[in-house]
Amino acid sequence: MPAPDDIVDRGFLEARGKLLEVAAFLDRAERYGRADDYRVAALKQAMRELCDAKQVGRAEAFLRAMSDPTSEPAPQAGKPAAGAWEPKG
Amino acid sequence: MRYIEPHAHMVSRVTDDYERLVLAGCRAVCEPAFWAGFDRSSPQGFYDYYLQLTEYEPRRAAKYHLPHFCWLCINPKEAEDVGFAREVMALIPEFLPKDNVLGIGEIGLNKNTRSELRILEEHIDLAAQHDQLILVHTPHLEDKLKGTRLILSALQSDSRIKPERVIIDHVEEHTVREVLDAGFWAGITLYPVSKCTPARAADILEMHGRERLWVNSACDWGPSDPLAVPKLAMELRARGFSEAELDDFLFKNPCRFLSQCDKFNVTE
Ligand SMILES: [Zn+2]
Repeated sequence: MPAPDDIVDRGFLEARGKLLEVAAFLDRAERYGRADDYRVAALKQAMRELCDAKQVGRAEAFLRAMSDPTSEPAPQAGKPAAGAWEPKG
Repeated sequence: MRYIEPHAHMVSRVTDDYERLVLAGCRAVCEPAFWAGFDRSSPQGFYDYYLQLTEYEPRRAAKYHLPHFCWLCINPKEAEDVGFAREVMALIPEFLPKDNVLGIGEIGLNKNTRSELRILEEHIDLAAQHDQLILVHTPHLEDKLKGTRLILSALQSDSRIKPERVIIDHVEEHTVREVLDAGFWAGITLYPVSKCTPARAADILEMHGRERLWVNSACDWGPSDPLAVPKLAMELRARGFSEAELDDFLFKNPCRFLSQCDKFNVTE
């Protein structure tokens, strides 16, 4: 296993860059009037939950938060997977 | 370094990719039947595809001395029309005795529909009848968790299916534990955006161990990287994995699973 310091050295700048991209994406979506898109809303909700998470397992929690929570097979195929679950209004 | 690429759609790749795989240390490539990026309009289209997987691709790979194996099925994305899917499935038994066929795959679910589930169950039955290994595709993105659970229950409700003869592919952090705990093999797919990165795959390995786990590039016609597995090896080295551990995970693990089919004759 690498030393604990090394794991941060190796990953920090990349993680920082990716989070900055997320921040810019959310700004961009709002600037274009798409703040209420279900995918944008799902991303914001997931980010709130990640900040609250006290324990490890954030990647798993993020994926669960973006997942279809239902359990019955669908009557037919709808639109292709988009990356976030859209609650039926 | 030597490794097995257990999931690659070589029909969609250029011949140079075979050379690059071999140069990177690949000792065998395995190709599940999949969706070609468009819906085929007739069972004859699938017949030709099965010929391509069992005759043409092994010859193309052999020019680079790379053993090529394949899996056969109609993929879930084309299983929405149950009647059509059954016509295609009726072609499969003719191809199962071919030298490079390892089993039935990649079956599974795409949008978790009733029709997909029915065809999945019929594929499981086909595999059981012909005593074949099974390779399962799990759905994409938000559909993966629900689909993985539906797939697990379909497999578990057929008492003829032995979990150690089934690999459930494209697991991520939220599905890997349920698959392994049920006794199945699990596959991690390395994709640039929509599946696992090398760093996350290494995390999964650190947290869940490498028993009954393999990794693949699933390279196809979309954004994907045929050299994703050797790139994961670089990440694992940086995490302190030894060369013996890399060999055990990237070469021996796929061999352990695939050698359950006599035709997989890749040796040490
Ligand atoms: Zn595939």
